[in-house]
Amino acid sequence: MLLISCPNCGSRDETEFHYGGQAHVPYPENPNELNDVEWSRYLFYRENTKGAFAERWLHSTGCRQWFNMLRDTVTYDIQAIYPMGTPRPDSPAATSSNPGTKPGTTAPEGATK
Amino acid sequence: MAETAAPATKKNLSLRTSPAALLRAAFETGSVRGSAELSETSFLTMVGVRVNRDSGAGQRIASVTGGLPAKCGEVAGAGDTSVLWLGPEEFMVVAPVEAHESLGGDLLQALREALADGEGQVVDLSANRTTFELTGPRSRAVLEKGCSLDLHPRVLKSGTALSTEIGNIPVVLWKISDESFRIFPRASFAEFLGRWLLDAMREYASPEVP
Ligand SMILES: [Zn+2]
Repeated sequence: MLLISCPNCGSRDETEFHYGGQAHVPYPENPNELNDVEWSRYLFYRENTKGAFAERWLHSTGCRQWFNMLRDTVTYDIQAIYPMGTPRPDSPAATSSNPGTKPGTTAPEGATK
Repeated sequence: MAETAAPATKKNLSLRTSPAALLRAAFETGSVRGSAELSETSFLTMVGVRVNRDSGAGQRIASVTGGLPAKCGEVAGAGDTSVLWLGPEEFMVVAPVEAHESLGGDLLQALREALADGEGQVVDLSANRTTFELTGPRSRAVLEKGCSLDLHPRVLKSGTALSTEIGNIPVVLWKISDESFRIFPRASFAEFLGRWLLDAMREYASPEVP
């Protein structure tokens, strides 16, 4: 059981939350210009990071607000919790030279949703 | 929508049934006097309010309710009207039965007029949830069987209301005083939660095993 610290409510059990998938997936600038492959990439293709991963969470049983979380997918260590729309904070794991992490996984554009 | 109810004369409300009415006798017999007692308070007036408390509409609504809570856990209000914090811009107003417009009360109308054309909403949610009153020195122990919040008085102060789960049922839990809680489950969960609480209370009917 994860103990997740909601920015509004404080520490609550994982069961009060819903997972919202990868954070910082920008909505295409002009969706009409995408072909089917590009559109499917936007809709369905997500990173499968081993290590620090930025993801969205919803405190569904509490304040019903979304927030972002930087979580290690191996150790489940929650490294940062930060508001929607703010860039991903640089985590110590992401900056250290780790040959396992792919380049270009950090998309620091402001998230829209 | 606002003009549908014309509360000129008293309506016959004798036929309405509260969500946990079928458990009234069970609550009576299942309550352990002086230890943990459970009852349903029916038909309290509840209003869902969504508004930014710093906006003009928020301030007008605050003047009707006697304030809006600023953060998680806080309860604001004046007199017999209380406002519980549900989210940064979401509040639950709880008022007595008579405050409802079907009984001639003007709370809803006053809130609607306060919101006016400001950003937000005022919705009558009186039928959304029912109210359980759990009292007695063992009430915290009963809740602790199915609630992951820290209910110890050093953490959970009287006059705090929190959205959480009890027995896996989403509720709003409002600590009225050291030994009394108000629990707001949604109507469709009331019977399950009522029976769950009765089951949790049962051990206190027997003498403690040394
Ligand atoms: Zn929350």
